[in-house]
Amino acid sequence: MPEIDLSPEEKKQRSQRNVAIALGLTAFIIVVFLVTILKISGNIDGTP
Amino acid sequence: MTDIPTRSAFAGPKDYFALLKPRVMSLVIFTALVGMVAAVAGGASIQPGLAAASLLAIAVGAGASGALNMWWDADIDAVMARTVSRPIPQGLVPKSEAAGFGLLLSALSVALLALASNYVAAGLLAFTIFFYVVIYSMWLKRSTPQNIVIGGAAGALPPVVAWAAASGSAPLDAWILFLIIFLWTPPHFWALALYREGDYARAGVPMMPNVAGESSTKRQIFSYSIMLAVAGVAPYATGLGDVLYLATSSAFGAGFLMLAWRVLKSPPKSKEAPKQLFAFSILYLFALFAALLAEDLFALYA
Repeated sequence: MPEIDLSPEEKKQRSQRNVAIALGLTAFIIVVFLVTILKISGNIDGTP
Repeated sequence: MTDIPTRSAFAGPKDYFALLKPRVMSLVIFTALVGMVAAVAGGASIQPGLAAASLLAIAVGAGASGALNMWWDADIDAVMARTVSRPIPQGLVPKSEAAGFGLLLSALSVALLALASNYVAAGLLAFTIFFYVVIYSMWLKRSTPQNIVIGGAAGALPPVVAWAAASGSAPLDAWILFLIIFLWTPPHFWALALYREGDYARAGVPMMPNVAGESSTKRQIFSYSIMLAVAGVAPYATGLGDVLYLATSSAFGAGFLMLAWRVLKSPPKSKEAPKQLFAFSILYLFALFAALLAEDLFALYA
């Protein structure tokens, strides 16, 4: 693939997009983890 | 397919966030919160952490449908003054990325709601997204002046989804909240369409003013306003609302009717009365739901 020259501004926006994706994925993982813990702890006394 | 020049390398996270229609999302979060708190005040129980995760899922689901709407309606948005600054018409986000972004967030939000609450709520959220994107955006918006009447169901569903998230079911009171937003939508959007008529006509969207004419639209706004004012006090009849709610909904309902009457009697092409009704309609919905929320929080914690 040919190399595409990005301007400094374009590089800055790209790295910001990358950081946003990383933060979004991390947040989703944490939320799913916490929801799982809350669900399990809600059922831990054995009542259905 | 599109002649929008791409500037996508300049797109920042905020442009993707703008795809989620943050202002619509904030109203969705608010009405959903009221539905959830009302369910809890009515005896349902949900852990605060799971309630927060459920509200997050509903908000992201609403945002996802906003992104899918912007993907589908990019051609319309590009010719309307109100929407031309959205990320796709600006060339900042390619259409295909908006579609992918919207689909991914739709799937994640429905899955998260299923995890955090139950399948009834998750199913309702999936239906809401489907209704807004497929039934409203793809089908009705370009084909009938009843577009926003029927499409309004999508915007009216969030309190029902949230009620189901807390309780696992959707009783009559939840559907009364649905009915209030549903009946509120036509006068709200037609008031906007009356002072943005040229916009919609240029875009070829069959909104009521440019199909049935201005005076017919004004009559229909008034008819819906009467139904809305009546539905607005219904929560008091079923016990969902108390005296604070009754007072709020009566006063704001009277104000809504008065402004709708002014629109009805306003001279042709005048923009002032529709603008006032549009602005007041947002305040109206906020006031009614805030009154319910205040009563329920008082009942729960005082």
